[in-house]
Amino acid sequence: MDGLLILPSLLPELALAICGMALLVIGVLSKANVFALVSYVAVALFAAVGVLVFLAPTCEIYGGLFVTTDFTRFADVLVLVGAGAALVLSLDYNVREDIARFEFPVLVVFAVLGMFFMISAGDLMTLYLGFELQSLAMYICAAIARDSLRSTEAGLKYFVLGALASGLLVYGISLVYGFAGTTDFVDLAKTLSGTPGYGTVIGIVFVLVGLAFKISAAPFHMWTPDVYEGAPTPVTALFGTAPKVAAMALLISVMLGPFGHVVGQWQALIEILSVISMCLGCLAAIGQKNIKRLMAYSSIGHMGYALIGLAAGTVAGVQGTLIYLSIYIVMSLGVFACIIAMRRKGIAIETIADLAGLSTQRPGFAAALAVLMWAMAGIPPLSGFFGKLYVFSAAVSAGLTPLAVIGVLTTVVAAFYYLRVIKVMYFDAGTPDFDKSAIGVRLVMTVAALATALFVFMPGPVVAAAADAAKALMG
Amino acid sequence: MGVGFPILSLMIFLPLVGVAFLATLRGDEAAVARNARWGALWSSVVSLGLGIFLWLKFDPSVAGYQFAESDTWLSGLDVQYRVGVDGISLFLVELTVFLSPIAILASWSITRRVRDFMIFFLLLESVTLGMFCATDFVIFYIFFEAVLIPMYFIIGIWGGERRIYATVKFFLFTMAGSVLMLVALVWMWHNAGSTDLTVLTRTKIPPDVQTWLFVAFLASFGVKAAVWPLHTWLPDAYAEAPLPGTIMLAAVLSKMGAYGFIRFAVPMLPQASQAAAPLMFALGVVAVIYISLVALAQTDMKRLVAYSSVAHMGVIVIGIFTFTVEGIEGALFQMLSHGIIIAGLFVCTGVLLSRGEDTALSRLGGLAAVMPVFATLLMLFSLASMGLPGTSGFVGEILVIVGAMKVNFWVSLLGGMGMVLGAAFMLVMLRAVLFDKFTRPGLESLKDLRPAEYAMLVPLAVMTLWLGIYPVSFTHIFDGPVTALVQAHVAAVQPAAVLPAAVQPGVAVAMETK
Repeated sequence: MDGLLILPSLLPELALAICGMALLVIGVLSKANVFALVSYVAVALFAAVGVLVFLAPTCEIYGGLFVTTDFTRFADVLVLVGAGAALVLSLDYNVREDIARFEFPVLVVFAVLGMFFMISAGDLMTLYLGFELQSLAMYICAAIARDSLRSTEAGLKYFVLGALASGLLVYGISLVYGFAGTTDFVDLAKTLSGTPGYGTVIGIVFVLVGLAFKISAAPFHMWTPDVYEGAPTPVTALFGTAPKVAAMALLISVMLGPFGHVVGQWQALIEILSVISMCLGCLAAIGQKNIKRLMAYSSIGHMGYALIGLAAGTVAGVQGTLIYLSIYIVMSLGVFACIIAMRRKGIAIETIADLAGLSTQRPGFAAALAVLMWAMAGIPPLSGFFGKLYVFSAAVSAGLTPLAVIGVLTTVVAAFYYLRVIKVMYFDAGTPDFDKSAIGVRLVMTVAALATALFVFMPGPVVAAAADAAKALMG
Repeated sequence: MGVGFPILSLMIFLPLVGVAFLATLRGDEAAVARNARWGALWSSVVSLGLGIFLWLKFDPSVAGYQFAESDTWLSGLDVQYRVGVDGISLFLVELTVFLSPIAILASWSITRRVRDFMIFFLLLESVTLGMFCATDFVIFYIFFEAVLIPMYFIIGIWGGERRIYATVKFFLFTMAGSVLMLVALVWMWHNAGSTDLTVLTRTKIPPDVQTWLFVAFLASFGVKAAVWPLHTWLPDAYAEAPLPGTIMLAAVLSKMGAYGFIRFAVPMLPQASQAAAPLMFALGVVAVIYISLVALAQTDMKRLVAYSSVAHMGVIVIGIFTFTVEGIEGALFQMLSHGIIIAGLFVCTGVLLSRGEDTALSRLGGLAAVMPVFATLLMLFSLASMGLPGTSGFVGEILVIVGAMKVNFWVSLLGGMGMVLGAAFMLVMLRAVLFDKFTRPGLESLKDLRPAEYAMLVPLAVMTLWLGIYPVSFTHIFDGPVTALVQAHVAAVQPAAVLPAAVQPGVAVAMETK
């Protein structure tokens, strides 16, 4: 397929690219501050692209550089949900924090474009291209509050460490290319069906490390707590959701696609990453007083659970990871909406202790955050439990029972700090006196909490879609 | 068998309707509190009505699950929403719906955040009923874990002085136990290809894996049933929880563990259960003797009753692991009887608390003179708790002792010590509370029971006597499933050469252990 025939397959990406550039031009040319307008258009754009994702036919174009399957559609939708909700959260926050610059929504659009290319990559070159586009946009997002010391520090830290990760990734790609002689996923899978050489294995390890950095799996998580804490909260909400989905989807499709025949070479690595992430995520979060740092460590732990599905390396495992991610991003967005709503007399509050007494003053707010925290802890019947159920189930059926046992034990430790947040809200006396939050924030909070609480009654659609996606990837 | 409408789902989800009603209440605080109390009470009374209807419609001659419902839930896997009751779960359901209105009446004394309390209480009732009705392992696990959420709030918000310590300990202890069961659940799910309990019960599991699965079940159900030494969360939780919470914890939720052993560990892991029987006997005997002595040393009425509960759980565990019809029926009967007696004892404690008394034994005394009806009822429950013939406590204990005698004389003897030691600490309590002389001024002016307290205590007293005087009206319900359970167990652990049909269940097990 070539020429104009490929256009329908690229519609979502074209729409993102063209609208992103158009928004940039509008922002530059207009005299007034068009932050709100550009943000609304970007959110509408994401909704429209969400439809286009389903219209684009399943295909491989440009000689396999770019693929569209049920798997990519699933991940695309998750990315759109994460980025769209983050933009909704930023509408009010950025105005109050005096960082209402039109560049932010434009950068988010380009970051999403990069993520789409990562997800749909059928070749190591496309992978790197998408990875870099996404990273560059995200570096700037982290430092968007350029007058704030913490935000610029976060941006710089993310940039330096991110550049290192990109370097490792591209070095790994070059090694794989050098030893396997191709960058195409399908050809790589064919070439690597025998015993791979040391060069290829080292290349795979480097690729893995580069991607592990993006999903903030321990021990490549060093940037996460500082960036989560330093970046403006809507940006943190973005960091915690869309790029993680994209990087995890990429990790899955690379590891099980081109490197799928050499599972034995990398499976142990994924298991180690998973165990370290789960342990670090649950232990390091205990001492945190700042809720954004708490969420950073919690996200490290959650990525550990999501990696269990990949370690299993089966269709059930991929399905488990996808279910885990979909549930996780909804919970995360809800929690970040709650964090944004923590604002007293115009000043954003981030310490957990300030939530004391919330349940008497704002019962709805407290109930929403409590539901999300229970879900994060993985207590049934809330949605978080189902993500864990599916990844543990995949692990046990793939013979990785010890990994599942470590997983469940770390959930108990992790439950301790989630419980503490609930304890502060419900058992401790206090008067938080939070300001009334914006409608967008309340909307995200309510929808996320309801989806989390009621998932148990309607698990079917997500589970079935994840199953289709996993089958599409693994054949 | 059915009644034309999904009665079990109705029972499980009806309290949620009550929750929705309570959540929408508007008005000033006093009106909301009043409406919340009555709304919750009505919701639980309707559940009780459904429970009685269920009992009348239940056919004891059928051994399998009745009123079964199933609905597809997680697509692509054989995990379905399945509920049903058999003779074993039926009476636990009845116990829950019977005690819920009483506990709600007991919560009239709560004055702070009444609406929240009632919401959490109805949630608790809903998930407890769901857990006893579930016939799918995943559904069971969801309800089993979900119990923690309302309990965490009930202890943490309305509890005593050390409530936060108690509730966090309760939560983390029980969660640590149950997550291990999750791994066991997942393994069994993949082994059998289904999470239907009837399929899981039929599926054979290699003995070496059974040991591991049993360890996981023991961690989970053992913590819930407060088997020594996994019981340390219990005295804290019981002592710190508000009275209605304590009633539900002690009377209903502590049965979750024993129920789990009967429903999962014994039928699904016969070899491992058989192998673990000596260990479980040892733990049960330690619970009976050691915890009874600990109870004897308590200086607070609420804590004393809490420890007596652990001691009784020891008897239940011994009964289950005899694998005899008598032993298991005794354990089940003891579960039912203990649920009612312990509720009665805690309500009596609450009567004193609501009169502004503390429950330190040294600060009470002589109440028999001023509160004769209260004294009579407290004495009835205490005597029942020590197993006086004619009360419910006797039937359960004697059945367990007979069952244990078939297996091992010493287990029977030491388990029976519980009755002696139980008499010791209960009589100490009765003397300190009811007799003796007034320890301080103010006690002689206490008034006897109020109407609401009659409404709580009289049904409990009637049930205590009914169970004790005519136990057959309850035992015939679980005769069928228990006999089937014991036969299946004997067939599973017998060498193939012996014809299972020719074997008398109880005797065979006794021979086997010798």
